[in-house]
Amino acid sequence: MTTAPTTPVLALPAPHSGGCPFGPPPAYPEAAATGPMTRAKLPDGDLCWLVTGFAEVRTVLSDRRFSADIRHPAFPLLVAGARELITDNPDFLRLDDPEHARQRRMLTGEFLVKRVEELRPEIQRIVDEALDRMTAGRTTADLVTDFALPVPSLVICLLLGVPYEDHDRFQSLSRTMLSRESTVEQLREAQEGVLEYLRDLTTRKRAQPEDDVLSRLAARDDLSAEDAAAMGVLLLVAGHETTANMIALSTALLLDHPEQIPGLADPATLPGAVEELLRLLTIVHTGLPRVALEDVELGGVTVRAGEGVMAMLSTANRDEAVFGGAGRRATDELDLHRDARRQLAFGFGVHQCLGQPLARAELQIALETLFRRLPELRPAGERAFRTESFIYGMRSLPVTW
Amino acid sequence: MQVSVDRDRCCSSGMCVTNAPEVFDQDDRDSLVMLRQTVVPPEQFDDVRLAAELCPGRAITVTGDGPARTGA
Repeated sequence: MTTAPTTPVLALPAPHSGGCPFGPPPAYPEAAATGPMTRAKLPDGDLCWLVTGFAEVRTVLSDRRFSADIRHPAFPLLVAGARELITDNPDFLRLDDPEHARQRRMLTGEFLVKRVEELRPEIQRIVDEALDRMTAGRTTADLVTDFALPVPSLVICLLLGVPYEDHDRFQSLSRTMLSRESTVEQLREAQEGVLEYLRDLTTRKRAQPEDDVLSRLAARDDLSAEDAAAMGVLLLVAGHETTANMIALSTALLLDHPEQIPGLADPATLPGAVEELLRLLTIVHTGLPRVALEDVELGGVTVRAGEGVMAMLSTANRDEAVFGGAGRRATDELDLHRDARRQLAFGFGVHQCLGQPLARAELQIALETLFRRLPELRPAGERAFRTESFIYGMRSLPVTW
Repeated sequence: MQVSVDRDRCCSSGMCVTNAPEVFDQDDRDSLVMLRQTVVPPEQFDDVRLAAELCPGRAITVTGDGPARTGA
């Protein structure tokens, strides 16, 4: 051999083949093992940086030199040809301050920790009623369709003021929007379909306001109808896909580790157990996209202005230096007694998940109630994961009790 | 230990209230961070340090946090 083998550049998004079904695509931890910054290639052919280290991910997400504005011509996109779908009115997740902060602040009052605490009895009622329906007159169910999906869907519909009867319609559209198997044309149709649904709904709310988030947004004179609809789409999709998949994956993982289920029963340890589930499962496997606005020294390399970066939450959340330690299981394993409070599953920086107090409350209540009421819960057949989705999750989880 | 907050940097994630509820609150009027107390008793040092570390907007500053200060 006279030439050194060259490492092929990692193609994004990496496939979900092999490895643990609860973990990210194996290529990401393999890249993390070589260093915090790895060269990668986007579907359109552009090179970008895969940022896998804990400190580097925090920097990318909190340093204003990295932009979240999807309208930037070099913003990294994980679907080939998707740049033509970008509108002049992206939701505020894909904008920088000051416009991002202006829109986000219209919603922060809805997700205050104390407001979410006041919602706990209502969430408990929704969880109990879902379990009542799931167990009525039968001993098997698909935990995904009978519990994990309806609970967050009912909660976000209630908060936003979206009729739950419409959930089939917006769930199938949001599935298409989040699938990496969708064509650009399918993405366009789904995006337009869900926007159209929210436009109609916010128009109705403006005419006949009720006590819900969409009515309050529709009533504002400092938010255009188009921005209000985009905000509604973001809240609706983010509000149920993420939590639904966290409930399903957490349940499946705990059924694989029944010795750890008692960690959910004690109110003192339940919040920490949920942080550990968030850390290990980190369902946004593909990472969070940003683009550098100027040259930045990071993790031993220079990220050039105009280069895309992908902040990989899943590998940052497996950093042994942060989450490992004496007496703890390896960071790619579940350990409900681990201190996982530094986990980055909700992101970091000014875009950090606005609904995280709600997500935590839903996960704590759903998982504690499920295993308390069904202590004999166990798998009952082949489970299926949603490997094609940008939000990782489960398609089905047959259970009995 | 003393703690101060920069409300211009606050993005209302609620992480501080989640991690140190005795010290931090969210303002009902604008959702931004509010302090319940500015001087922190020693039993809350760890929670407040964690809240500062995890604040996504880096809006929390902790001072007078040297180990010598915890002595007699």
